[in-house]
Amino acid sequence: MFHIYCPYCEELREEEEFHPKGQAHIARPEEPDACSDEEWGDYLFFRDNPRGIHHEMWLHAVGCRKFFNITRNTVSYEILETYKMGEQPTVGAEHLAREEKTSSVQAAEGGQQTVGASDAALASVKGAQA
Amino acid sequence: MSNSIHVYDARADHATVNAESPLAYSFQSSGMPAPGEEGRAVVGERAFLGHLILRGGAIVLDEALREVLGIGLPGRPNSLTVDADGQRSVQWLSPDEWLLIVPGDETFGLETRLRAHLGGSHVAIVDVSAGQTLIELTGEAAHEVLMKSTVYDVDPHEFTVGKGVTTIFAKTSVILRRPDESRWELIVRRSFADYVYRWLLDAGEEYGIGVARESRHEPQ
Repeated sequence: MFHIYCPYCEELREEEEFHPKGQAHIARPEEPDACSDEEWGDYLFFRDNPRGIHHEMWLHAVGCRKFFNITRNTVSYEILETYKMGEQPTVGAEHLAREEKTSSVQAAEGGQQTVGASDAALASVKGAQA
Repeated sequence: MSNSIHVYDARADHATVNAESPLAYSFQSSGMPAPGEEGRAVVGERAFLGHLILRGGAIVLDEALREVLGIGLPGRPNSLTVDADGQRSVQWLSPDEWLLIVPGDETFGLETRLRAHLGGSHVAIVDVSAGQTLIELTGEAAHEVLMKSTVYDVDPHEFTVGKGVTTIFAKTSVILRRPDESRWELIVRRSFADYVYRWLLDAGEEYGIGVARESRHEPQ
């Protein structure tokens, strides 16, 4: 079982108390009426399914019953950070790239979200995030 | 907007229907083993207390509560404040939610005075007295019974006096708190009270668990 840090309860709690609630940081289009069907469909139905770093919403369902965000590695299940709603993550996709670089592991089989370990790859990931 | 809120006394003197504790039926159907000589755990219900859920900003609620009740709102997560004679308590449930427990006959008066004090502030006060009940667990093995039942760390050195959490208990959830050295309190939903009671009897069997009869208040 995982111990997950709830940023509202300010302590590590048992995984059993939590529910995953899907991808985080999805912004509702400012003007839904001005959206094309595709844009609206993307917002409503389509979610990322990355191999690597993923930002997710979780709910401390038995506990403070608040939503918060988790940055998680979908390959290793490692939880890299948890932070409150409305805050921005401090760990992003470049985290993996950096890790790969320091451990001199080349691009993971099947292509992780951040493939390769060159400075160029790191920069491109950062660029894509901005 | 306070004039559009209907506040009514759930325990009005003219009520002709007798109140029944959530465990009244369980005491009959599952029995009430008396605490034995060797008994190291005792369970008891403190029924008919007034439970109020306070929601809103900590600062306005704290101010009103200090004025009306003389105790402050616990600001730290998972903490519990108990007044001098141990009858009234406020517990942190979430960043904007607190549970206030007072003797049953004070509930309506307190809610009215709190509302008057808070005026038009953006807060909510909900009387949930009928929806939940308080089960008390005492005895030297109380924490051992809890260790078998909950995923939360209830080691007495870790779960110190003045702490209170909402967590999983067996297959349901409870509000678990420790108002003083000798007592643990479980606040359970009315519909799960029977389940929790029977679980406690079962889990506590090896410690000779018994039921304290004096803490069982007869319906008025």
